[in-house]
Amino acid sequence: MNESEDERIRQLLKSALPRIANAEPTRDLWPDMLKRIEAGAESGVSFGLLVWVIAGLAAVAVFLFPGMIPVVLYHL
Amino acid sequence: MTTDLFERFARGDLDAFETVFRQSHREVYGWIVRIVRDRSVAEDLTMETFERIYRARLRFDHTRPFGAWARRIATHVAIDHLKALRREVALPLPVSTPARKDPAWEREVRDAVAGAFRSLPATLQATATLALIEERPYEEIAEALDTSTSAVKSRIFRAVRILRRKLERLGIKP
Repeated sequence: MNESEDERIRQLLKSALPRIANAEPTRDLWPDMLKRIEAGAESGVSFGLLVWVIAGLAAVAVFLFPGMIPVVLYHL
Repeated sequence: MTTDLFERFARGDLDAFETVFRQSHREVYGWIVRIVRDRSVAEDLTMETFERIYRARLRFDHTRPFGAWARRIATHVAIDHLKALRREVALPLPVSTPARKDPAWEREVRDAVAGAFRSLPATLQATATLALIEERPYEEIAEALDTSTSAVKSRIFRAVRILRRKLERLGIKP
């Protein structure tokens, strides 16, 4: 590929997809940003709770049925 | 931006995060919109970038520039978007019989070029957009893509080669 062909592709691209000028958000993004962060924090709490519930159930199962430990380890 | 601000940000202080966001989101938005070329989508991706930044705040090295780190995350977010979009992009139809100087034909060619460009692999598309259309320095692109300038040059070469083949198939001789 020579330089003139490269330049021709460049010109075609620039004509089809002009440069973006004055790129600024059209609104204040912070309120929506804060909602996303807070929603993420809430889902994080519920995920943490779920993990603790599963860990608790597993502990109870191990305590009640110690014979299942080798079986579980075999299948891991 | 001060070290104290980033320390508070790292602890999850939302006021500090708001300050960081307000001071840097325009630059991040400007970078993303140049890659995805859609202002409304860029707003959403800017928020996604800062959501990732907030989640990864403990990994931020205060001794290095925040802007460069944010730009790397923004580039990944924008490329992920292009990958998702590329699955939906239909290849443009071949252009009709050439009739130069005809505005309708020129528009058809522009649409075909834009369509062919959008069907490029996402990373090549992002690299070529920044280098060939936005004319950003190779070093800046390399830093944002977390790669070398020679890798950037190689990607541009590959993007142009693929684009040339696509355009020839569409009846456009570059």
